[in-house]
Amino acid sequence: MAQVEIANKMVDVNDEGYLTNPEQWDKEIAATIAAELNIELTDKHFEVIDYLREKYAADETLTIRKVGKSGIVDIKGLYKLFPGGPLKFGTKIAGLPKPVSCV
Amino acid sequence: MSKEEYPLKKVCVICAKGSIEDVYATLVMANGAVMEGIEAKVFFTFFGLDAITKKQMKKLHTGTVGNPAMRMPGGLQFPTMLGGLPGVEAGVSAMMRKQMDQLDIPPVDEFLEMITAGGGEIYACKLAMDMFKLTTDDLWEDISGVLTIGDFYSKCGGQNTQIIFT
Repeated sequence: MAQVEIANKMVDVNDEGYLTNPEQWDKEIAATIAAELNIELTDKHFEVIDYLREKYAADETLTIRKVGKSGIVDIKGLYKLFPGGPLKFGTKIAGLPKPVSCV
Repeated sequence: MSKEEYPLKKVCVICAKGSIEDVYATLVMANGAVMEGIEAKVFFTFFGLDAITKKQMKKLHTGTVGNPAMRMPGGLQFPTMLGGLPGVEAGVSAMMRKQMDQLDIPPVDEFLEMITAGGGEIYACKLAMDMFKLTTDDLWEDISGVLTIGDFYSKCGGQNTQIIFT
């Protein structure tokens, strides 16, 4: 485990750059990680991020299907928000571990 | 010396069988590609067409005869003779679909929607459609087209592309 500085804060990350402690996350960190992925965060992004963090805290498995059924955004919209990897980028920006999920 | 890596860019999957496990292997691989930002194209042919045939896609079965890996709940060997009894295949298949649902694995039509929502493309084989006397009206609405295998190959070019046959 390594420590890196993101948005002027020291956080613990794994070798893929995912935060290992969701407690260290805040919105500036989210924006900085998103910028590295060429994503500019909107309110809609944060709705998805809040949803992911909430479900993670409740110990639920995160899947694209679940987000699609959340009423926040459909799956097509989700791919538009996080192009090239809704779940892997969504969780990275949300300061969560990369989900171990095939769906 | 550093090892150069060539990440996968495109996955083309050909599905020629219509059992639950063959179709889901195809769908999981295609969806998994799209989820990782890898382009995915799927070609359904022969019995695989069941997966995109409106009448069949919701009631795919798994074979209960001649499958040595088939076991009872609890792990006991599943007798081949039992698998041949009327209703057993349907019951086992229903049980498998229920278990998959619990793991958040969607039904076939919803899975196809997830793949296309992520930019994946679904194709039907022209030859097999002629053989089974199917028209596009019989098929799931959102297929990207009906192709010959040659047409499909022409979509499978490019560097770091793999063709997978299930």
